[in-house]
Amino acid sequence: MQTKKNNSSRHIYTVSEITQDIKLILEANFNDVWVEGEVSNFRVATSGHFYFSLKDQTAILAAAMFRGANKDIKFKIEDGLKVICFGKIDVYSPRGQYQLIVERIEPKGIGAQQLAFEQLKNRLFKEGFFDPVHKKPLPLMPFRVGIVTSSAGAAIRDILQILKKGAPCVDVVIRSVRVQGESAASEIAWAIEDFNAFKQVDVIIISRGGGSVEDLWSFNEEVVARAIYNSRIPTISAVGHQINITLSDLVADVFVETPSAAAKIIVDKKNALLAELDGYRYRLTSFVSETIHGWGNNLVALKHMLKSPQDRLLEKQQLCDEIRERLGQNMQHYLNIIKERAGSLIEKLEALSPLAVLSRGYSLSMLLPEGTIIKDAVNLKLGDKVKTVLGKGSFIGSVEEVIKDKSKGGSLR
Amino acid sequence: MKEKQSFEDDIKRLQKIVEELSSGKLTLGESLKKYEEGIKLAQSCSAMLSEAQRKVELLMKKDGRFSLEKFDDANLKEEA
Repeated sequence: MQTKKNNSSRHIYTVSEITQDIKLILEANFNDVWVEGEVSNFRVATSGHFYFSLKDQTAILAAAMFRGANKDIKFKIEDGLKVICFGKIDVYSPRGQYQLIVERIEPKGIGAQQLAFEQLKNRLFKEGFFDPVHKKPLPLMPFRVGIVTSSAGAAIRDILQILKKGAPCVDVVIRSVRVQGESAASEIAWAIEDFNAFKQVDVIIISRGGGSVEDLWSFNEEVVARAIYNSRIPTISAVGHQINITLSDLVADVFVETPSAAAKIIVDKKNALLAELDGYRYRLTSFVSETIHGWGNNLVALKHMLKSPQDRLLEKQQLCDEIRERLGQNMQHYLNIIKERAGSLIEKLEALSPLAVLSRGYSLSMLLPEGTIIKDAVNLKLGDKVKTVLGKGSFIGSVEEVIKDKSKGGSLR
Repeated sequence: MKEKQSFEDDIKRLQKIVEELSSGKLTLGESLKKYEEGIKLAQSCSAMLSEAQRKVELLMKKDGRFSLEKFDDANLKEEA
């Protein structure tokens, strides 16, 4: 387009035209670019697209990440996060604004590695590597501990010191490996396999002192995770000095934050066992002394029971004695009574005796030779011999005359 | 390993003895026998835990064969 006035070479754009030109230039020159910056004003639209700004100390760049591109991001985008974005510059004509259309985004620093880590972690998770079902219990007391670490590192020093002080009953076998750098991961994995082949340790501690995320990276590698997962010997992962959780931590049967903490597990086990043993000893002794005490009581009771028949025998004896004594007394008494009664009877008998009557002057005549007592004269004949008994002495005479009494009664009446 | 095995067996046996004794179902003779065995087990287990003769060794592997070398941790101690 040309004008008559002024500069015939003057070129005047319409807004659309210039915007179109800018768009072409920018989009041609800033296709496939990496941009590093800090996220700010991050928001997720209802459409699912991400809108945010990338900024540094002096500039700001609008950015958009559409739903198709952002759905596979493994980390959370937040304001303040330092990121590296890959994408292209796009000019949005209706607003006259340019913006970065982000196709990929990574956190700065750990970036791709972290991303890979997250991916690996997800895969292993799906394979069940972190499942508590696969966690093996530590032995009651690990008397022989295998340690996978650098023999010159801080980790081994810390572990040995604590074990020496707290659990000197524990033997240590070290498999020295590099704990950072290219070959570290495979060395660590081999060492774990070696201990499993060697068999003579009760537990394996996989350890390294503190360091940056990059320093600890070997413990995030798949070979290490697989070796730990496949270990038949229980494992303790003790990597780093802060809470940087590695894959090794997640797969191991037990995970602690520091090498010292791994050694303390063993010391604690030892101390707990000693206390438990003391408890058993105490219980054993108290049970037995209780039992003995109980049996002692039984004995006393039994002794009582044994003594009792003897007592009863004595009792019976005493009773017998008493009865015998009483019997004697009774007999005597009875005898006395009988004696008395007999005495009075004798007196009575004496009183009734005809001899007593004779002594008062009466006499008694008997017809001889029969000796029958003559009560009636009618039974006499002349010449019968008669014996007459007097109070003292007797005489024999013959009947001179019989005088019969006609009355019924005796002659005395 | 053999140590560990017998240690765990001993602890289990000891726990069983304590249980049996506490049940109060044993005769005096049995109780005393179990007590004696239990105390012996507790003492030998405690002795194992209190032992102070530790070894620190390096596991070496050469041509697929393992060997143990003494590990000198004297220099490590000084660092601390």
